[in-house]
Amino acid sequence: MKLELRGVTKRFGSFTANDRISLTVAPGEIHALLGENGAGKSTLMNTIYGLYSPDEGEILLDDREVSFNGPGDAVAAGIGMVHQHFMLIPVFTVTESVALGYEPTRAAGIMDMAVARAKVLEISARFGFDVDPDARIEDLPVGAQQRVEIIKALSRDAKVLILDEPTAVLTPQETDELITIMGQLRDSGTSIVFITHKLREVRAVADRITVIRRGAVVGETSPQSTETELAGLMVGREVNLTTAKEPADPGEVSFEVRGLTVLSSADKVVVDDVDLSLRRGEILVIAGVDGNGQSELAQTILGLRTPVAGSILLDDQDLAPLSVKQRLASGLGFVPEDRSTDGVIGAFTITENYVLDMYDRPPYSGGPGNAALRLPVMREAAQTQAERFDVRMGTVDDPISTLSGGNQQKVVLAREMSRDLRLFVASQPTRGLDVGSIEFVHRTIIEERDKGTPCLIVSTELDEALNLADRIAVMYRGKVVGIVPASTSRDVLGLMMAGVPADEAQAQAATHHTVLAEADEQAEAEENQ
Amino acid sequence: MSEQTVSTAAVQADPLKQSATGVRPISWKYPITYAVLAALAVLFALTIPAGARTHFRLSSGGDFFEIPLVELPSRPAGWILAVILVALAGLAIWQASRRVQTRLWLPLLFGVLFVLAFLVWAGADRGAVIPLVTMLTGALALSVPLIFGAMCGLVGERSGVINIAIEAQLLAGAFLAAVAASVFTSAYMGLVFAPIAGALVGALLVFFSVKYQVNQIIVGVVLNVLIIGLTGFLFSTALTQNPELWNARQQLPRLPIPGLSQIPVIGPVLFNQTILVYLMYLIVGLLNFFLFRSRWGLRTRAVGEHPKAADTVGIKVNRMRVYNVILGGAIAGLGGAFFTIGQGLAFGKEMSAGAGFIALAAMILGRWHPIGALLAALLFGFSTSLGNTLATIGTPVPSEALLMLPYLITILAVAGFVGRVRPPAANGTPYVK
Repeated sequence: MKLELRGVTKRFGSFTANDRISLTVAPGEIHALLGENGAGKSTLMNTIYGLYSPDEGEILLDDREVSFNGPGDAVAAGIGMVHQHFMLIPVFTVTESVALGYEPTRAAGIMDMAVARAKVLEISARFGFDVDPDARIEDLPVGAQQRVEIIKALSRDAKVLILDEPTAVLTPQETDELITIMGQLRDSGTSIVFITHKLREVRAVADRITVIRRGAVVGETSPQSTETELAGLMVGREVNLTTAKEPADPGEVSFEVRGLTVLSSADKVVVDDVDLSLRRGEILVIAGVDGNGQSELAQTILGLRTPVAGSILLDDQDLAPLSVKQRLASGLGFVPEDRSTDGVIGAFTITENYVLDMYDRPPYSGGPGNAALRLPVMREAAQTQAERFDVRMGTVDDPISTLSGGNQQKVVLAREMSRDLRLFVASQPTRGLDVGSIEFVHRTIIEERDKGTPCLIVSTELDEALNLADRIAVMYRGKVVGIVPASTSRDVLGLMMAGVPADEAQAQAATHHTVLAEADEQAEAEENQ
Repeated sequence: MSEQTVSTAAVQADPLKQSATGVRPISWKYPITYAVLAALAVLFALTIPAGARTHFRLSSGGDFFEIPLVELPSRPAGWILAVILVALAGLAIWQASRRVQTRLWLPLLFGVLFVLAFLVWAGADRGAVIPLVTMLTGALALSVPLIFGAMCGLVGERSGVINIAIEAQLLAGAFLAAVAASVFTSAYMGLVFAPIAGALVGALLVFFSVKYQVNQIIVGVVLNVLIIGLTGFLFSTALTQNPELWNARQQLPRLPIPGLSQIPVIGPVLFNQTILVYLMYLIVGLLNFFLFRSRWGLRTRAVGEHPKAADTVGIKVNRMRVYNVILGGAIAGLGGAFFTIGQGLAFGKEMSAGAGFIALAAMILGRWHPIGALLAALLFGFSTSLGNTLATIGTPVPSEALLMLPYLITILAVAGFVGRVRPPAANGTPYVK
């Protein structure tokens, strides 16, 4: 089926998320929609899928104009969507998830589970998916959940399949499988819209590429373009894809985690007997697919969770008896993974957010028991730091929610790095940021390292891990699978992210290259020419 | 970094294998409870005077078979029960130490035997007869509004709307049932109007909490106050001035089911009831089936767990919630009718007396599952009935203490003693696109 957009515009208040976007997806084509975080890709796709209605412009399917009142209409017209955050119900079985909304029923609305189950099996068999129709969603790994989403779309005879950032949660090997599936679907005549901000993937799978920036189409190109060209188009200026950094000069070990075990609120082991040691002046990146215990590890270091076993030592001092506040005061800098809920308080001003963990001590407060806040001092400090960290803002008295994600993150970094640090921990420091801000955050972290601070960075983006790390520890199901040097190949890391021990991963990777790794080598060859 | 060798020290042989079982602390909560109760049973056995006898009456007045009184030698019976209870407690402790999952039969059997041990002890050598059938009938009667209420809560909360207003719905049902039955001089007309009253309260709840997204708990509390006030006002004005017209007593007739009602003990308790109680059996059965096997059930659960996911497959989330809460209200309204026409009583001020809140606790204790909620509501009803019975035959334990039992269980249930309960994930959260 051919999908065509003509001048689609979507506004939220005064903000134009999509500005006169036109694009055509031919039948049996993989069309990549490339753009930075916040460029308007997801808004556009939600518009096509009927979740939003466009303010202007039209959507055409096979040259006929359509308008959707809700996702139900879009699905009926043959559009399927796999959302970035899966639309699956954790307590349902695979069959129930696929049937939901389109249940085969007998009299009185009683479900015909046999029919629903057969449908799942039929589609799984057609594409060689190995999915158990009776498994519960919450027990499935993310890759399998994504396949359930694809089965869901196909079970409704989707002719146009929208995949919104489908690789964000996958290991490189799972991504490889997804690419194969996309190829199969294309060959069977399905049109695919593939939304991503990852350049290498686009080059590996797309037939055509549309780049959007700030809500508008800035160019259409072929996958033969180099990564640098694509990045330039996407960001609107020349970008350095890798941050230059000096080799680390690690000092003595100053931070250690020994046998750390943490349970989730449901009594599941989320951090399982983890040992780590960190030297002064080095960056250790904890890599791994989201949800393998990295976040919990970071939270435990801060003191938000209490471990059931093991110890955390900073300069040979056990952190266990210290509260979060005491840990921060003793030189721990912490950047939480969810900026909007844990990093800042949206309704507070930039100044207030800047002093959020220092307001009760000199120079920001004084008098008996440091009870009196010194607002001018706070303001001045916030102003100075905001300039140093290049925060784009009106004044420091504006609510922080008026800033872009990147600028909010800069305020968080400014706050955490304004103290003398003995350890810096950041969880997903660049999640949802634009390329410019990512560069800035990376540079800032490397500067902190060069001051001699041990830095522990949790990242689910392999690019970030490779870019930033001096060493990489890969976590899988709460365990550290291995700790490897930053020069380790993408393939090996990918296998480790699926739980394969490092030495085995190296042996396996030597015999089998992923599509993306091959695309990588090709890109490197191009750069060298 | 000169580290060229790959460090794999932290890797176990098989990273897939969780060492979870070796880490999770054993929960001793239940075994300790069993052990304490078993010790109590031993104490009962020890304090029974030698040669004492305990009498149980297994029939009520108009039974087909007249079963003679059952007479047990108290001391041996007490000891046998105590020994079994100690053995069961031992089994529970052994299972916990081996991390074996305890099956449902264990707490059920333990509970029944413990109650028996208690009755044997309480009735020993008192000359009084323990009226078992009367006690069980009373238990069911006390449970009926709780069961209806719990089903009402469950239908709403499975779709993501917290319903604190069950109390109001029961009371409204009781009120309108009494008034309608009195005006039409037919108890069955009460049965027609009671669900309407409950549904109207449900409609108010969704009007504010779904349409205007007011905090669901606050709306529920306000509705409780509103209905208590409204029915109280009407009671002390119209109903008191002209009770013959507005508040004359009407009773649903008992309809013994031929055959089934002749079964000893169970028959008179379960199958010599009014149509309202039979409706209750039907509703629990239907809910249990439809919630898990029908399109309506699948969609209800989807909307309560992950409304956005339901929306993306074309399910109208808010419409689903509106329907469910109103349906739940109708169920609770029926339950309210039991207070008045179900028992042949006139309407009285605040006559639901907190049953709606205990129903809520039963729903939580039953983990949002129809059968679980049914069992929990029966447990509450039984403990109240036990208290009542003991108050009349006189026991060493003050009956007031026993009457606290349902509320104690409620507190424990709500405080999560009964284990980790997982409410529907989107329970209480309004859905905004």
